[in-house]
Amino acid sequence: MTDLRIGVYVCHCGTNIAATVDVLALSAYAAKLPGVVISREYKYLCSDPGQELIVQDIRELHLERVVVASCSPMLHEKTFRNVLARADLNPFFLQFVNIREHVSWVHEDKTAATQKAKDLVRAAVRRVRFHKPLEKRRVRINENVLVVGGGIAGIHAALTLADAKKHVYLVEREPTIGGHMAMFDKTFPTLDCAACILTPKMTSVGSHPYITLWTYSEVVQLEGYVGNYKAKIRHKPRYVIEDLCVGCQECVAACIFKEGKAPDEFNLGLSKRKPIYLPFPQAVPQKVLIDPEACIEFKTGKCKKTCVEACAERNAIDFKQTETFDEIEIGSIILATGFKTFDANRNAYYGYGRHSNVFTSLEIERLINASGPTGGELKTRDNRTPQSVGIIHCVGSRDHNTNRWCSKVCCMYSLKLAHLIKERTSAEVYCFYIDMRTPGKGYEEFYDRLLDEGVHFVRGRVAEVTDWAAHPSEVGKLVIRAEDTLAGFVRRIPVDMVVLSVGLEPQADAKEVTRLFNMSCSSEGWFLERHPKLAPVSTFTDGIFLAGACQGPKDIPDSVAQAGAAAAEAMALIDAGEVTLDPYTAHVLEDDCSGCKTCVPLCPYGAIGFDETKAKANINEVLCKGCGTCAAACPSGSIEQNFFEDEEIFAETEGVLLDV
Amino acid sequence: MSYAYFPGCSLRGTGRAYEESLLAIFQALEVDMQELPDWNCCGATTYMSYDELQSYALAGRNLAIAAKLKQDIVAPCAACYLVLNKTHHYVREYPHIRYAVDRALSAIGMEYAEHVRVLHPLEILLNDVGLAKLKAAVRNPLTKMRVAPYYGCQIVRPYATFDNQRNPVSMDKLLEACGAKVVYYPVKTVCCGGSQKGSLPEVGLDLIRHLLRTAYTNGANVIATACPLCQFNLEVFQKEAAWNDEPKLMPILYFTQLIGIALGLDRRKLGLHRAFVPVETLEKEFDTCLVERA
Repeated sequence: MTDLRIGVYVCHCGTNIAATVDVLALSAYAAKLPGVVISREYKYLCSDPGQELIVQDIRELHLERVVVASCSPMLHEKTFRNVLARADLNPFFLQFVNIREHVSWVHEDKTAATQKAKDLVRAAVRRVRFHKPLEKRRVRINENVLVVGGGIAGIHAALTLADAKKHVYLVEREPTIGGHMAMFDKTFPTLDCAACILTPKMTSVGSHPYITLWTYSEVVQLEGYVGNYKAKIRHKPRYVIEDLCVGCQECVAACIFKEGKAPDEFNLGLSKRKPIYLPFPQAVPQKVLIDPEACIEFKTGKCKKTCVEACAERNAIDFKQTETFDEIEIGSIILATGFKTFDANRNAYYGYGRHSNVFTSLEIERLINASGPTGGELKTRDNRTPQSVGIIHCVGSRDHNTNRWCSKVCCMYSLKLAHLIKERTSAEVYCFYIDMRTPGKGYEEFYDRLLDEGVHFVRGRVAEVTDWAAHPSEVGKLVIRAEDTLAGFVRRIPVDMVVLSVGLEPQADAKEVTRLFNMSCSSEGWFLERHPKLAPVSTFTDGIFLAGACQGPKDIPDSVAQAGAAAAEAMALIDAGEVTLDPYTAHVLEDDCSGCKTCVPLCPYGAIGFDETKAKANINEVLCKGCGTCAAACPSGSIEQNFFEDEEIFAETEGVLLDV
Repeated sequence: MSYAYFPGCSLRGTGRAYEESLLAIFQALEVDMQELPDWNCCGATTYMSYDELQSYALAGRNLAIAAKLKQDIVAPCAACYLVLNKTHHYVREYPHIRYAVDRALSAIGMEYAEHVRVLHPLEILLNDVGLAKLKAAVRNPLTKMRVAPYYGCQIVRPYATFDNQRNPVSMDKLLEACGAKVVYYPVKTVCCGGSQKGSLPEVGLDLIRHLLRTAYTNGANVIATACPLCQFNLEVFQKEAAWNDEPKLMPILYFTQLIGIALGLDRRKLGLHRAFVPVETLEKEFDTCLVERA
């Protein structure tokens, strides 16, 4: 194959490469390698004149293969592929050698570095002869979008896309959208009422012509690839016909339970609800549902069914309802499944669950909310108004025993709760913190305001919340013991109520969800973005985007911003209409395949199928990501991977090891 | 399987009653345990704070002896329990400590025994003997006793191998099996001050006072302890601590002594005569719960 005409181009990259690698010597060495008809070195190959140089050489010297030795392919492989394309040469006849990140930036010895660069270039020249003329694949994009999760992020993403006249399916697991934000009383730093700013968006979703809202539903199956996904959605039975129910709630009033007996999930068990219920007053959709665990009819079959009587006009109640399924076709997916709060029972030192007046922050939100269990009055579990309240920051955050990360929102929401508690009860409020993290717009100013309002701040991680009195003033109180690190001694502060500022965690089923959607999460469970700085809303699975706290703890402004970004990236896909995929895929050489099926379970992307009639494996080239696992595992060598065929790899290896 | 009993210095000194009662009840409950031959001081808290590396070597020698006999160690003294466990932890985690300890031990023809377990009598009673067997052996249920179970800090911090670190219940369960009422004692793992009563009396005395007062306010008439120093601190400084308004003394006994009383063992065998708070206090409080016969 030595009659192929090869051109080698060595870049100085200013002094980045040239200071360590002798680029002139390297270029001279390359000129003498078999097949090389031209070898040049240039200060900045990626510049316009640099690129033009290569285009000209290809045309005038009839080059058939090109080797470029410069920086990382992640940076400029695409650039030089385009150069070949401009000169009407197949872009995959390029071999890109990294002599910057792999040589000049990591070695100091110039002689050794230059020798290493020579070895790498020699290997590339041997390899590039075996390159095949590969073609990128084009795939069409379906315009529909699936948004999973109906919290503030999912809602905002759905509305942004729907307003652009893209059809959106919004699937939410709970019987209503709204997520955690619907449970808050006020939001920081503006102290906007959470429901007041959220419900208009919720009702927009409910009535938008371009949004199909499916609540009490879950995605149970997903197949396909970017632009061409097929999802199966399961609708859990409400035992109420959604199209007929108007949310009048006569059925709830008529229920044979005079009082609720089941714990109200929205109020975190602080109050009770009936078996037939509306999750909260502003629920969207405004439809009731029946809890089969609490309902007498389901348990015994012998209920008077006063609810059915009350709904006689519309007849919306249907005890025989079963789950139903829908299959949809979409081109892109946005995951906005949110977070859960840290389970305070896990921290034994703070007494949650043992001392009755220790609450979580979310419970306090419900207590001070006007539509909550006490109508907005802050009361202890023994029905007193607290005279003193302690707020403990970082519960389940910044803690090697539980979660190491900072949950980002707790300092701000603790300050918000401190303000609201002081406003409603005139209690003394003590905040126990490690650092005060208030970085957002208006956040530090909010903290200043709290300082003026007379909230007491103790900088120290609380050691314990206890109920034994060391002093008469502590009798009957909960004592918070913490070192005041600024004052330099240990404090015991007796309070009536303790609030634990619980951190944010990934949802309990984060790992299952990543498997279902064929993307990844970190070891902690946060969904993995493609790049933490430069690609925070896309994932490594093309066509699947992230929005909101499922990707990492964040506040409402950031969740909304990220949701907008995810919607924009999904829209970019849709507007482009098609996407091109790299051709590094594997394919089965049918004649050689013995049908042993070794490869089938190995594919992390589920791209390998098996044709039972032919008894041969086959690879879906659109799903294939080119990881190489199947090609390496095939016992008979019947799987080849484009751009990494045996000849290419052996040639490169030989090139490195042999000294020509 | 037979255990190696590691008394440590205190059980031969101020903690005599702990050893006496422990050996008596283990014999009665048929726990197979022999004293570790040629054991040496573990270093306890003092030596450990003076010269850590030498302390690990000292502790390591005891472990090595037990390994030769293929036995696990039972360490009733809380400080010994902690030091032996700490030695295991640090030797395992820090190669330079392992190296030093190995060298020291090889000089006397021994090697570091990382598989020798260090156990506490509480877990032997709970797991090996079991609550059912203990209950069946009770001749003299402690019905008049309202016990505050005091664990102290060294058997739960930092190593809590057999019980919950924050709210241990092994002693509670054993005492309940003996028929006693165990009171709510939220300070059950709060430090007694250790030797602070000597070095920093205002701190030490304060801690002792809280422990005594909380037991009293929660309705206890006796405190059960698992450590010789805790027992000493709580027992002998009661007047100085002036922990209550009435001149009332609270008996402080080892949990092994209480179990021994429940099993109907001889009071002299249980070391009850060694108590500073007179035994008569007990008898007045608890009626006829003390038995003369063996």
